[in-house]
Amino acid sequence: MDELVTGFFQAIQLIFSLDPALYEIISLSLSVSGTALAISVVIGVPVGAALGLSRVRARGFITALLYTGMGLPPVVVGLFVYLMLSRSGPFGVLGWLFTPSAMIVAQVIIAFPLVAGLTMTAVQGVDSSLRLQVRSLGATRWQETWAVLREARLGVVAAIVAAFGGIVSEVGAVMLVGGNIDGKTRVLTTAIVLNTRTGEFAAAIALGIILLALAFIANVAMLQLQRRAGD
Amino acid sequence: MSAVYQIEHLKKNYGDRTVLDIDELQIQAGEILALVGPSGAGKSTLLRLLNFLETATQGTIAYSGVAQNGNVPIATRRQITTVFQRPVLLRANVRDNVAYGLGLRGMNVDGSVDAMLDRVGLKSLARAMAHKLSGGEMQRVALARALVIDPQVLLLDEPTANLDPYNVGLIEEIVRRHNRERGTTVILVTHNVFQAKRLAHRVGLMLSGKLIEIQNTSAFFDFPSDPRTAAFVRGEMVY
Repeated sequence: MDELVTGFFQAIQLIFSLDPALYEIISLSLSVSGTALAISVVIGVPVGAALGLSRVRARGFITALLYTGMGLPPVVVGLFVYLMLSRSGPFGVLGWLFTPSAMIVAQVIIAFPLVAGLTMTAVQGVDSSLRLQVRSLGATRWQETWAVLREARLGVVAAIVAAFGGIVSEVGAVMLVGGNIDGKTRVLTTAIVLNTRTGEFAAAIALGIILLALAFIANVAMLQLQRRAGD
Repeated sequence: MSAVYQIEHLKKNYGDRTVLDIDELQIQAGEILALVGPSGAGKSTLLRLLNFLETATQGTIAYSGVAQNGNVPIATRRQITTVFQRPVLLRANVRDNVAYGLGLRGMNVDGSVDAMLDRVGLKSLARAMAHKLSGGEMQRVALARALVIDPQVLLLDEPTANLDPYNVGLIEEIVRRHNRERGTTVILVTHNVFQAKRLAHRVGLMLSGKLIEIQNTSAFFDFPSDPRTAAFVRGEMVY
C-alpha cells in the first residue's frame, strides 16, 4: 500500500516535471489512436449507417460479423497484423512492422467494428416513422438519410468515444506490432507494462493516471456533446 | 372547382390481402374531404397513396390532371404533405422543427416560421425542445411544420386522436382558417363523425378498403343513400 501511495506522489511530480520523454509518449499515443479513430470513423460511420438503413438479406450475417469484431481480442489482432506485415507476410514490402503505421493499422481493425456496429444500432434505433414523415415533408432520399443520421447522432458520438476508449487503452496489439521501441513506438500502455516489469512504479502510475485522465476527458467531451444534441 | 385528384380503379395489396379497392374518386381543389370508417378500412393507406409515399398495386392516381405512376417528381411530392396521428418530431427545438420543410426546399425560414408559430399559439415555445412538449403542443408543431410550406394538399391522418378538447378545437380552427385563406385542399381521416361534420365540405365512408358512399356533409348525415352509412352515422356497428 505504501508503495502505491509513494508511487502516486512521485507520479504527480513526474507529470509536472515536464519530462520530454513522458510527453513524447503521450503525444505518440494520441497521434496513433487519434489517426486510427479518424480512419475508423470515416469508414465506419457510413458503413454502419448503410447497414442500419438497408434491408438487404445479408445484413444479419454482416451484423454477426461486426458484433464478433467488436469483441476481438487486441492481442489476436496484433498477431494477425504482425503476420501480414512481417517480412514474409503479404504486406511485408511496406516495411511498416515496428512503426506507428503498423500500430494504426491494428487499432483501425479494433475500432472499426465498434464504430460501425454501434452506429448501425443507433440508426436502427431511430423511430421508423421518421423516414415516412420527412418524406411526406418533401425530403429527397439523401435528405431522408441525413435526417435519420442526425437523429442517431447521440449514438454515433457514443460509438466514437467507445472506440477511442477501446484503442487508447489496449496494449496487446500495439505491443506486438509496435515493439515498444523507446522514442519510436512506445505509447502509454506499453510504457506502463515496461515500467511495471522494471519496478519503476512511479513512472507506471504516472502514465496510468494520464491514461485515465485521457479517458475521462474523452467521456466528459462525449457527455457535453450528447447534452447539447439531446437538450 | 377543378379536380386535384382523379382516382380510377385503385387497388393496393399487401401480399395476398387487398386493403384498398376504389373504383372512382374525384377530389376537388380547395375542398375539405373527410373520410370516416372503422380501423382497417383503408383510410390511412389511401392517404399514403395520395402523398405518393407508397405505390398502388393497380389503377391510377392523377394529380392536377397528370397520371402519376412509379417515380413521382419531387416537385409534385412537395405540393402535398401529411400530418400523422402520432407527431414524429425531430430532436431539435420547436422553431427548427417548423422550419424543417422550408429548409428541405432551400427556402427562407425567417418571417413565415414566426408567423406560423404565432398562428398555432407556440411563439413563446419557439426555443423549447420539441420532444419535451405535451401531446397537443407536439401535434400543433407538426401541423405548423406542414402548413408553413403552404402545400396544395394537406392530408390529415387522425390528427386529433388522443388530444384534449382544447387542442382539438384549436387544430380544427387552424385547419379551417388555412383552407379558407389559402385554398388548400384538405383530406381528413377521422374516427370522429362529429369532427367530420364540423370541418368537412364532403364526407366519405370507407369499409373494408372500399368507398361505400361520398356525399356533401349535410346529405351524408341527413340523407345517406347507403344503409351502412345510415347505420354508421347512428353510431351502430357496421363492420
